Amino acid sequence: MLANQIGYYSLIIGLLCSLYLSGVSIKDFCNNNKNLNPKIINLSFLQLILVIVSFFSLILSFIKSDFSNETVFNNSHTTKPLFYKISGTWGNHEGSLLLWLLVLTLFIFLFLTKSKEQPKKYRILTLLFQQLIIIGFFLFVLMTSNPFNYLFPIPVEGLGLNPILQDPALAIHPPLLYLGYVGSSIIFSASLAAVIQNYISKEWGQHIKKWVLISWIFLTIGIMLGSIWAYYELGWGGFWFWDPVENVSLMPWLTLTALLHCILVLERRGTLTSWVVILSITTFTLSMCGTFLVRSGILNSVHTFANDPARGIFILIFLFILIFLSLGVFFLFHKQNNKGANNIFWLSKDSSILVNNWFMMYFLSVVLIGTVYPIFLDVISTEKISVGPPFYQKLITPFLAPFLLFMAFGPKLKWIKSKIENKKSLAIFLIISVTLTLFILKDITTDLLFYTILVSAAFFLFFTTLRELLFQKFNNISQVVAHFGFSILILSILFNGILSSEIITNIKIGDKFLHKESEIFFEKIEEKKESNFNSIIGHFKITNVKGKVIKLNPEIRVYNQPIVITSEADIKTTLFEDKFLVMNTVKGNEYFNIRYQVKPFMIWIWISVIILSLGGLMSLFKRKYEK
Amino acid sequence: MYGKKVKLRFLFLVLILFSVVLSVFLILQSLKNNVVYFQSPSEIKSLIELDKKKIRVGGMVKKQSISINSDEINFVITDFKNEINVTFSGAVPNLFAEGKGVVAEGFLKDRNYFSATKILAKHDENYMPPEVKEALGVK
Repeated sequence: MLANQIGYYSLIIGLLCSLYLSGVSIKDFCNNNKNLNPKIINLSFLQLILVIVSFFSLILSFIKSDFSNETVFNNSHTTKPLFYKISGTWGNHEGSLLLWLLVLTLFIFLFLTKSKEQPKKYRILTLLFQQLIIIGFFLFVLMTSNPFNYLFPIPVEGLGLNPILQDPALAIHPPLLYLGYVGSSIIFSASLAAVIQNYISKEWGQHIKKWVLISWIFLTIGIMLGSIWAYYELGWGGFWFWDPVENVSLMPWLTLTALLHCILVLERRGTLTSWVVILSITTFTLSMCGTFLVRSGILNSVHTFANDPARGIFILIFLFILIFLSLGVFFLFHKQNNKGANNIFWLSKDSSILVNNWFMMYFLSVVLIGTVYPIFLDVISTEKISVGPPFYQKLITPFLAPFLLFMAFGPKLKWIKSKIENKKSLAIFLIISVTLTLFILKDITTDLLFYTILVSAAFFLFFTTLRELLFQKFNNISQVVAHFGFSILILSILFNGILSSEIITNIKIGDKFLHKESEIFFEKIEEKKESNFNSIIGHFKITNVKGKVIKLNPEIRVYNQPIVITSEADIKTTLFEDKFLVMNTVKGNEYFNIRYQVKPFMIWIWISVIILSLGGLMSLFKRKYEK
Repeated sequence: MYGKKVKLRFLFLVLILFSVVLSVFLILQSLKNNVVYFQSPSEIKSLIELDKKKIRVGGMVKKQSISINSDEINFVITDFKNEINVTFSGAVPNLFAEGKGVVAEGFLKDRNYFSATKILAKHDENYMPPEVKEALGVK
């Protein structure tokens, strides 16, 4: 009760604090003092503390199961384990927006404290743009989705959290993803401020690169966690389904990755200025669009917490304001900086990074069209369509091969103008990759040519980066590690796709079925009661050719609050393959619906993403570039 | 005539233009082949020509229509005006049950017979896909 009020009022004071802070900053912007008014940092700290207080009082309400709070009532239940009571705080619309706000204020505070050597006016302008976003979100939270709405009479029991969200991966997935999304807001504000101050330069590139890296790392890990969750919780047996909600998080990742590469050019050469600004704006806009699409109920998914049109309209208007503002700033203030722009040669690091950007933009447009076209068609006509995975696979996979080759080549080139060095060793690697691929693939795939090209390109990248990791001096290790991780990612995805096999069948208890040379025996079922669900556990025995036995115990859970049935897949993971078994039941029927999959190299998909982000992390902690 | 720089720029522009046109063409082309249309049982009944393409059918699973054997699951999708028989061999989602909304993806054999390749997961008990809602005329 008390926590409720503290939370609500600190939000309101937070909003007032934002307005006051903006006023102070504008005043400080106009005077010619060299140093930043210390009040500004203090106010920004105060604002952060207020949002933290508000956030923690919401957590407290969740822990205490205070059902006088509407958000708690809608999303919690007394029988829920403590861990999920806490994670339930951001497992709903209101709480997750509060988390957005928390990250927004945290980042601007960190930005102010970490940018002391930057020009004062630039810092203030960044703060002002960021405050604009923060005020927008304060208003959004307070007007349309107040997490502290009061309920009277106080209900005895809450409605509970959607059971498929009661999962450890899902508890940390939203905060990490938000750190990535919201991190791009700093890049957005900073680039607009830099445009106005005509400060897009090498120095700015060096300074903003850290922020780009931070959001990129968090976004990468956040997406990965979501993907792991979908793999074992949704029981569809895969890691990526080209679901609109997944695509929406992939789009900012693509532009952020493009930006990450562009920043390198800016930092070293001072060129590509407009492109960097455009990418910064696009990344944040896509993050906001993602929030809009996911939250407004246009896309159907677990992320759609509530379908309140007012919320969708608010975000949409806010989004338009931000887009027009940023485009206005860009066209009015941006001066093309042409120093050194004219002497790029075909064969150079600069142009190879541009090639990377071309590919990224192409992938982006494929994903964008596939995601938005169905919505568009639904709005202008009555036709309802959906775009399936074949669309994306057909358009993206053919371009992966050249993309991978460029990834192997590009980093070896020098800036401005370069020659291909070590032609011999590259040729040898290429030959090794192709022969190795042919040797592995010749018996297992029907589409030999297509896969040979793809897999050998991936192997080529793998070998070249591996060689650098082992034998070269560590002058660009973060890039090598990241590209190495990416090559493993593609290799494991490809082999996973080629070698995966599955069988779906309906069987009764005591029946057996065969999959390749293994025998799967459905021994028995067992029932179990937990505090918030009852479960039926299936006992399966899998005997392979050599007589080795593996036991898998998938579950069907019937949650009590709200009443939802979920299937928990059981997965045996080894370094080489995952064995995945999920069962389902149809009410009043003795047959169980079983899906059994063997997915090779599944774990390497996650490991490789971790290596990929490790590359980013290394770059973050690396000292400044040696000249 | 023109300087080297201008030529280079021109080449660059042509290349960009070319790749943009190519990618737009590719995307549109494969969009045409890969979209899946949604239809209700009544819409299927009134079809003049049967499409060979993949479609989605949505509605309610008719009460007491599910029958299962070791190879396939048979059931009837209804929108309370018309109905269609569905056969399916694959994994069913958690909330597949009689009297609940469902979306099936697959191919039409004729106006009364649908062979599904996928049944789509719903996320909670109260949730109904907007397409199904519309097909059933619920507002």
